[in-house]
Amino acid sequence: MTATRPRRSVRLPRSGRPAPRQRSTPRKRLAPGRPPAPRRRTRRAARAGQYAALLGYLLFLGFPLLWLLSTALKSPRELGSLHPAWIPRDPTPANVRQAFAEQPLAHAALNSLLVALGTAVVAVLIATPMAYVMARHRTRLARAATGWVVVSQAFPFVLVIIPLFLVLKNLRLIDSLLGLTLVYVVWALPFALWMLVGHVRAVPVELEEAAAVDGAGRLRTLVSVTAPLLGPGIAATALFAFVTAWNEFFFALVLLKSPGRQTLPVVLTHFIGAEGVADLGPLAAAAFLATLPSVAVFGILQRRITGGLLAGAVKS
Amino acid sequence: MTSVAEARTPPAGERRAAGRRTAGHGTWFLVLPALVPILVFSVGPLLYGILLAFTDAQSGRTAATRWTGALNFRDLLHDTLFWESFRIGLVWAVGVTVPQFLLALGLALLLNQDLRLRGLARALAIVPWAMPEVVVGIMWRLVYNPDAGILNETLRDLGLGAGRDWLSGLATALPAVVVVGVWAGLPQTTVALLAGLQNVPRELHEAAAVDGAGAWRRFRTVTWPALRPVALAITALQLIWNLNSFALVYVLTGGGPGGKTRLPMLFAYEEAFRYGQFGYAAAMGCVLVAVVSVLLAVFLAGRLRGGDEA
Repeated sequence: MTATRPRRSVRLPRSGRPAPRQRSTPRKRLAPGRPPAPRRRTRRAARAGQYAALLGYLLFLGFPLLWLLSTALKSPRELGSLHPAWIPRDPTPANVRQAFAEQPLAHAALNSLLVALGTAVVAVLIATPMAYVMARHRTRLARAATGWVVVSQAFPFVLVIIPLFLVLKNLRLIDSLLGLTLVYVVWALPFALWMLVGHVRAVPVELEEAAAVDGAGRLRTLVSVTAPLLGPGIAATALFAFVTAWNEFFFALVLLKSPGRQTLPVVLTHFIGAEGVADLGPLAAAAFLATLPSVAVFGILQRRITGGLLAGAVKS
Repeated sequence: MTSVAEARTPPAGERRAAGRRTAGHGTWFLVLPALVPILVFSVGPLLYGILLAFTDAQSGRTAATRWTGALNFRDLLHDTLFWESFRIGLVWAVGVTVPQFLLALGLALLLNQDLRLRGLARALAIVPWAMPEVVVGIMWRLVYNPDAGILNETLRDLGLGAGRDWLSGLATALPAVVVVGVWAGLPQTTVALLAGLQNVPRELHEAAAVDGAGAWRRFRTVTWPALRPVALAITALQLIWNLNSFALVYVLTGGGPGGKTRLPMLFAYEEAFRYGQFGYAAAMGCVLVAVVSVLLAVFLAGRLRGGDEA
């Protein structure tokens, strides 16, 4: 990874990438501006093939989503019919009402929201200083933390969940949203640290040195100089932590027992009965609604996901 | 993903100087808020879990827990159900990771081109990542539904038989959940590979094209060497994540039919929280850790080698 090569961000929709035919090496160019005819034909064929492949991907990725929406809008009578159609004959929002009537969705959504917000705020608050140390200092502790970030990716949850269950039981935090939030915070930390370390590295050290010369203490430097520059990175990290907590299922399934405390993913599984028989319409409607916050957040983050986030990670 | 290796490389000279200047007891104050939860809720439980594997711990038992040495592991060795589950777990992990990688590579290469619809494809490729796993499971249950599902309806329309109950069939259940696994993990892999493709030297690509190298040749000699480290990293991570996967299959089949999709995670979950065998389940976790550690070692070794080449 050399520094001389210009690096382009991953987000390329309208960036100034040279047109494909413009070659940097002018030698061997037979007909300037226009490649010979047979070559152009194969190129056109290749383009067609590429579009066909892209269409295939779009279908594969998109059809389950459309089917979920379609099922959510169908009336119970239509869902019972023999030949299910893509487009509902008379779209009805009745399933949404039915879903809220069948399960305590609003309450579960509130629980999920509390846990997700708590996770996002706490994770960012404790991860930012730590990421700062990991990015700026070469201490043994920073190296150990980096090692933990890697290894934690490989933790089998099943080995962690049993002791976690016992620890939380001793702390009287079992079946509590606070306990779940704490677990989620730690669970979101590796990714949060990884993102934030990249962002801290992007802040020039010279700025901090200037602040130190002007007599600012360490905390003062972090709060007034570095943190504001990290703003976008912190926001993105918080959003990721939010989605992670909002979507999580396994810990919530094990750690929450009272129906009144369960989060949205756990309550969604209650729509599926013991024999796997489900009331399809309300199930689809509830699942669709539960997805909207996550997808909305990812929509905000999309640029960063395909661009900044990984560009920051890959940057050397 | 590469930040891991990056963190290991020595920092630029100026940074080292800055680090030395400010390093000291003040660092603890910044690290402590994160360190305590990590120790209490992550490192601690992991070590505790390994210890539990050598005990006869059970949930809700009044008698004291005793050390049983390697008894749990000896029992595991003869537990054919566990090894069957382990085998299914490996089939699932490899069956998801490999096709997912190939599909993601294709998609990343396409998205790296100047194609129309690319924006739509990028947006759509992110959605499965954003969705809660439970919703992904529910959604595919609707697709696979024998009566109201679109899959059987499409097959009927195409005249390819009357369709079947995909998730309940002994032969079809595992392939059916593998397809869902591929769908759900495609975004992360694609995004990682897309980022990796930015490391491919475009000039070299163009020079090779001018010299008459075909698309495949260019991919092999120019694209792949630059992409290899990222490809290796994301594949290893996906393999590990898939071995640890739980929610998707829990929602889709609950491990059925007849245990045909009972991944090790589901098996251990049932053992621990349905039958209360904490010690035994922890031993299963340890076996999984061992397997994952080997994978991680391969991953890190590959990363370092890749780092040398790049």
